[in-house]
Amino acid sequence: MRTAPARKHTWRRQVTPWLFLAAPLALLVTFTYVPVASLIDYSFTDWDGVSPTRSYVGAENYTELFTDADRFQVFFVSVYYLVASAVQIVLALYFAVILSFSTRFRNLFKGILFFPYLINGVAIGFVFLYFFQDGGTLDSVLGLFGYEGDRAWLGSPESANTSLAAVSVWRYMGLNFVLFLGAIQSIPGEQYEAAELDGASRWQQFRYLIAPGIKPVISLTVILSVSGSLSVFEIPYIMTGGATDTQTFVIQTVKLAFQFNKTGLASASAIVLLALVLLVTWLQRRLVPDEKAELT
Amino acid sequence: MTDKRIAVRRATATGLKYLSLVLASAVVIVPLIVIFLTSLKTPQEAAADDAAFSLPGDWLNFSNYATAFRDGEMLRAFANTGFIMVFAVAGTVVIGSMTAYAIDRFHFRFRKLVVGLFLFASLVPGVTTQVATFQVVTSMGLFNTRWAPILLYMGTDIISIYIFLQFIRAIPVSLDEAARLDGANYFTIYRKIIFPLLKPATATVVIVKGITVYQDFYIPFLYMPAKDLGVISTSLFRFKGPFGAHWENISAGVILVILPSLLIFLFLQRYIYNGFARGAVK
Repeated sequence: MRTAPARKHTWRRQVTPWLFLAAPLALLVTFTYVPVASLIDYSFTDWDGVSPTRSYVGAENYTELFTDADRFQVFFVSVYYLVASAVQIVLALYFAVILSFSTRFRNLFKGILFFPYLINGVAIGFVFLYFFQDGGTLDSVLGLFGYEGDRAWLGSPESANTSLAAVSVWRYMGLNFVLFLGAIQSIPGEQYEAAELDGASRWQQFRYLIAPGIKPVISLTVILSVSGSLSVFEIPYIMTGGATDTQTFVIQTVKLAFQFNKTGLASASAIVLLALVLLVTWLQRRLVPDEKAELT
Repeated sequence: MTDKRIAVRRATATGLKYLSLVLASAVVIVPLIVIFLTSLKTPQEAAADDAAFSLPGDWLNFSNYATAFRDGEMLRAFANTGFIMVFAVAGTVVIGSMTAYAIDRFHFRFRKLVVGLFLFASLVPGVTTQVATFQVVTSMGLFNTRWAPILLYMGTDIISIYIFLQFIRAIPVSLDEAARLDGANYFTIYRKIIFPLLKPATATVVIVKGITVYQDFYIPFLYMPAKDLGVISTSLFRFKGPFGAHWENISAGVILVILPSLLIFLFLQRYIYNGFARGAVK
């Protein structure tokens, strides 16, 4: 008598979650797993994205990606953004630490440093096109300090990539900064008081109190920055369209797929990026075991 | 003597600290101020040499704004963005809270697998998978409709699920059990108990998702090339074409796009900081 309702109960407990998960899983499979599976499939073909037929070409696309110097160039561009991320993290950490101590106009400074993150990417692109143009904002600022002369900041590959990477620091530093600041402020205040009483200097407070407290956030930020540097798209696409050797991995992939109809090659390229991101994540998990990084 | 030296060092340190803060603030603000000044200038003023820091002759010259608003089709852009935002945000809230409810409150077979599927998906860089997603969207007949971005925004947001999960864990399971004893079924529990208690999480997701949708360029650019489907970012992007070197007009367009972000930020500052902090620390 008593087992029947109980069994009905467990049966319901087994089925109900699937009712709630039906729509989310359908979306997840349709827009993430089906695309990833087809990417793998397309990457071994010469498909152009429109014609009904496609033939398998083995690993040819992958060979082209890694041997053609033009294709490989995009990886060097990522280096600019990797360096920029390092600068960005250091700056964010610096500002988070100094603003965690009592500071006048703290909220104002916090707001100003964070605000760029909320600006539309196209707007940022245009703001900095004007900033870097001949006789634009940057030249005028330099003029104030006596450095005369117009420079085409976006004119040569090296200068253009540096400028674009700097824009990305301008845009994203605030987010890192707010995350670090939040983590620092969640360290209990008594610990600072105790440290002050023991005569710890600011540097010692940072070294032994703040740094260990925010290690998980820093390690997360580092991995997000590495995969972010590999998948830069918006700013260079809007500002230069990938001209003067500022083409990034993603711009190249998008152009291959949607301008040159080389879906096969573009898919191989996407798979390489996916593999790189997974590799970086895996490395980070191995190097910095992170107790916070689980969903269950 | 040593006291004095310590005092001097402290003062220098404080001075350097404020100097660095003011410098950083200038780096953020100056490029934006210049664009604002340019937006109020006449074409002649904007084209002059050394125009960057010169002040507009007439501070109430809003004609560039009129041009940007009209020729940039900004009204339609805001309407399209608004439409997409409402559906994408509502969908994300429903999807995210349902997923969190199922994952946190039930122990069912393959639960680990489901969690793993969501976790792995959060690592897949969305920008490149679009090569194949494009084929999926086209085959569903959604290309050049506003439903393409809506579904994509809804379907690939792991961060929202994570935010809901964090909050749902804090809701005591005894509430669910009490309701079950009163005869409520699981759907009623979700709708009448869990969902209302998730309000802070919902607010966070609405803000974070709303801002993300407002900023996105790539998805509308790829899936809605039709001119009358322009959203904020794509309309601004296309506006630059015909106005090439007319920086006074482009600047007005840029300011029009930045203004809503600034207002939202001023009013919802605290929620925005918390929202992004919560979403990113996953």
